[in-house]
Amino acid sequence: MIGFLINGLLRKQLSKSLTSILGSGVILGSFVVSLLIFFQVKQGHTAVVNLFDFISVGKLSIPFSFQVDQLSSIFLLIITGVGFLIHVYSAAYMHEEEGQHYARYFAYLNLFVFSMLLLVLGSNYVIMFIGWEGVGLCSYLLIGYWFKNIDYTNAAKKAFVMNRIGDLGFLLAIFWIIGKFGTVSYGNLFEQVAANAKTLEGSAAIVGITLLLFIGATGKSAQIPLYTWLPDAMAGPTPVSALIHAATMVTAGIYMIARSNILYTLAPFTNTIVAIIGLATALFAATIAIKQNDIKKVLAYSTVSQLGYMFLGLGVGAYTGAVFHVMTHAFFKALLFLGAGSVIHAMHHEQDIRRMGGLKKYLPITHLTFLLGCIAIAGIPPFSGFFSKDEILAAAYAANPVYWVIGVITAGMTAFYMFRLYATTFLGQFRGAEHLHGHHPHESPAAMTIPLIVLAILSVIGGWVGIPEVLMKDAHSLEHFLDPIFAASSKFAHPHHLSHSTEYGLMGASVLLAVILIFFAIGRYSKRPELGEPTGFGKVLANKWYVDELYNAIIVKPLNWIGKFLNNFVERDVIDWTVNGVGKVISYSSRQVRLLQSGQVGSYVLLMVLGILAFFVIQFFVKK
Amino acid sequence: MILVWMIGILLAGGFLCWLLARWNTQLSKWAALLSLAAGLLIVGSVAWQYGDTVRSQATWLIDYRINWIPAFGISFHVAIDGLSLVLLLLTFFLGLLAVLCSWNEIRERTGFYFFNLLWTLAGISGVFMAMDLFLFYFFWEVMLVPMYFLIAIWGDSNRRYAAYKFFIFTQAGGLLMLLAILALYFVNATQSGVYTFDYFDLLNVSLAPETARWIMAGFLIAFAVKLPVVPFHNWLPDAHSEAPTAGSLILAGLLLKTGAYGIIRFVLTLFPQAAADIAWWAMLFGAVGIVYGAMLAYAQTDLKRLIAYTSVSHMGFVLLGVFAFREIALQGVIMQLLTHGIGTGALFAMAGMLKERLHTRDIEKMGGLWSAMPAMGGMALLFTMASLGLPMLGSFIAEFLILLGTFPVQPALTSIATLGLIFAALYSLRMMQKVFLGPVKGASPPKDLTPRELIIMATLGISMVLLGLFPQPILDMVKMTVHQ
Repeated sequence: MIGFLINGLLRKQLSKSLTSILGSGVILGSFVVSLLIFFQVKQGHTAVVNLFDFISVGKLSIPFSFQVDQLSSIFLLIITGVGFLIHVYSAAYMHEEEGQHYARYFAYLNLFVFSMLLLVLGSNYVIMFIGWEGVGLCSYLLIGYWFKNIDYTNAAKKAFVMNRIGDLGFLLAIFWIIGKFGTVSYGNLFEQVAANAKTLEGSAAIVGITLLLFIGATGKSAQIPLYTWLPDAMAGPTPVSALIHAATMVTAGIYMIARSNILYTLAPFTNTIVAIIGLATALFAATIAIKQNDIKKVLAYSTVSQLGYMFLGLGVGAYTGAVFHVMTHAFFKALLFLGAGSVIHAMHHEQDIRRMGGLKKYLPITHLTFLLGCIAIAGIPPFSGFFSKDEILAAAYAANPVYWVIGVITAGMTAFYMFRLYATTFLGQFRGAEHLHGHHPHESPAAMTIPLIVLAILSVIGGWVGIPEVLMKDAHSLEHFLDPIFAASSKFAHPHHLSHSTEYGLMGASVLLAVILIFFAIGRYSKRPELGEPTGFGKVLANKWYVDELYNAIIVKPLNWIGKFLNNFVERDVIDWTVNGVGKVISYSSRQVRLLQSGQVGSYVLLMVLGILAFFVIQFFVKK
Repeated sequence: MILVWMIGILLAGGFLCWLLARWNTQLSKWAALLSLAAGLLIVGSVAWQYGDTVRSQATWLIDYRINWIPAFGISFHVAIDGLSLVLLLLTFFLGLLAVLCSWNEIRERTGFYFFNLLWTLAGISGVFMAMDLFLFYFFWEVMLVPMYFLIAIWGDSNRRYAAYKFFIFTQAGGLLMLLAILALYFVNATQSGVYTFDYFDLLNVSLAPETARWIMAGFLIAFAVKLPVVPFHNWLPDAHSEAPTAGSLILAGLLLKTGAYGIIRFVLTLFPQAAADIAWWAMLFGAVGIVYGAMLAYAQTDLKRLIAYTSVSHMGFVLLGVFAFREIALQGVIMQLLTHGIGTGALFAMAGMLKERLHTRDIEKMGGLWSAMPAMGGMALLFTMASLGLPMLGSFIAEFLILLGTFPVQPALTSIATLGLIFAALYSLRMMQKVFLGPVKGASPPKDLTPRELIIMATLGISMVLLGLFPQPILDMVKMTVHQ
């Protein structure tokens, strides 16, 4: 029954909605369904719904089927809930667009939600892959939505290609899984793995598979080395950045690893890699975020950094923590992006924070909600970001204190750059009068502010589903809820336990650092914002460590060069020359026997057929 | 007998077009359209009728044989199984659309044009069902000569050169095949004392490994030129880019498939051992072709040449998959034949439509066309995604199955082949961007799709999506053939 409902709704979402009402309406509908599913699942009902046989060849059978369980229901709620708010917001944000493009926008957005639901609902890796590439396509379409701008389409192309590189890892992993286990269905596969855990643990196959899957995740979730597409993806409309490039799509990699938790638990080597890459990305992106002046770029690097946190959580085995952070991050990052969108809207498409300032006075609702979002991401209790970040950091400390130190430094930097952004944008003097020709910016319409308010409330209270054991007994309801998903793998995990006093200490240290840096940032940037071009090391950071330039020099340029070389030299000079050379030799020699040949292909064919016949006639007589 | 009808209707239709055009060119077009529609109806009814048989029994569905030149053991022997049936469906389907494509494009010697078009299609259908090697060779030539005329008469500015090159390449391959056929014929005759060209008789001939290798080489080169395998691909970009739209569509959509069909039907079954011996090399050439073709596609500025090189790349998957000797891979190969026929056919049709409007094939001179033609842009997007193998579309199923099948056999070569998928994304998106996105170039915005064009593109688009969502019927249809 549930499956039927979902399916009906999914089909509807495929249809091109002509109005925003239809567009948002279907998402609202699926949100309601998601809620129903959630309560069903909460009572312990999980289901696999088989729609039809997708591919079945020989012994291999890949069904087109959906699976509803605790993990997918959490993601369902996030996707449809945040998705609905963003659809409503978009209706106002995009109102300047012409009718035809407006419809195109909502069609893409609905297609995105459809693909994302496919991704989390699929009951095997192939269906997940279908959704996986589908969201990549939608991301491409939406980044390049304003297609007349060639830079935007370049950004879209870059996003797609970098995702593709990751996708190949995923694809090869699927091949390997099928080769090794003969199935891609989660249920069957994980049972097999659990049954053979002893022999599989640390084996080449499991390490290889998990590493390849992780490559897929680095593409989609923007981790080193495939992260550079995400900041460029900010070329898309801001609500898109909020939905796809902050709240949902980029967390697909976390979903994938959380889903495959049992494989990862049996591959300690991969876990170390995941943790290190996550941590490195978190730190690296945070350093870049400190010096960005585009309001969306700061948020983009912050997203990359937060995603790094989630991978750190996965790497140290804190699966619940990672999923928890996905959830809280979806709330506060969507809020921040939508807030930024509201600012950009008010500033008539100005994104440079150096030309803002003092917006607190003009945009009261945006200001307040944005501030709440900043506090949440900075990890101040009792806001949502605190609980999820704390859970990951505590697990990191248990695995390796060095992870914790770097993690806390990154958290401090996060607090710093977020409040630098906040102070430069909302505090101090208004500096955008020139851009607006003397007008004041105005607060956005209700369709935009209401989603902001809802998300702000969620950012504040969203963390209360996962209050750690030390603060309140049995209050971590998310952990209890997700328990069945991670139960199988926890048997093989080697958990570390922290004493309560250590845990208090860790919490205190990270909160203290964040608070100090927040006040420092506000004090410094509200009065004297950085208006000039950065110099020295700041310039390196502002230019993102020149990674784009590096990739360009070592990958893009050589590829172009090889393509040209093959085309101009190998194809034209070598192969064509040989072919034409042979042709010339033949035509020269044929001139010598010109009497026989007229130079017309028709007569060649005739001669050839005659020749064949002659051949047969001779043969006929020889045979006799 | 019904098989003879399929070919006969095309041959007769061709003559009719030629004759009618003396009085009225419009009538000639309709004659071409109707004979293809009738043909499609026949094939369709056969597929309907034998739908269940093909799934469960490993027999030939229809087998028809009469003596032709009994003195040499030549018979007119045609038969079809699931594989032939699927490819015949594709032939008539694309043939019908090819006629629609040339509705307004061809203004000179219309009757003779449709005569050639239909005869090429007749040759292709013949190739897909001939079970006598002499007859096979005969059809092989029948599809070649009219194609030569199509390129040489109705082609673009450099058509002469392209047509010659096409003819010489395929003819050289064809001659080697003829030699190989004759060699096989005589070897069989000395062994069994029976002179016959019949495929089923020749299947039983036992060859010394050395002989088998040489005879196979003759077949393989002919098919490799047709497929094409790098480095025998050189004729293809010229022929594809110079041919008229329908010509490119048939070249890419159908003619290339005859090479793949030949390998599956003849090389693998007649010389199983020799084929297994060269499997690694063949797969290597396949993987190299995938990457090489893709990189070249990336470097092109001529839209039709670009699409032509994507064919080289996609056909590399076919070679890779065939020589993996795995059921899954072979299923993927057959799927690839269909989806490539549809996908690339659509891209060529689109290139033709653009050329009609803009009078250029240079993508540097295009740009921003989405604003003026959103319908075509949307269709182009669909087929661009198909060419880079996006899931939910048929080509994904094809490439997925091929790579899945080859991975356990040759993990390294498969990994190289998957690199082709990245390049595919690069060239496909570059094409999309240069033509449809970016700032608007050119003064007057071109018209969007006409209803006729929309029918062509939508039909192709729908079949692509259906193959991507429900590939199982096709997989079932060829299951028994592949199983053997």
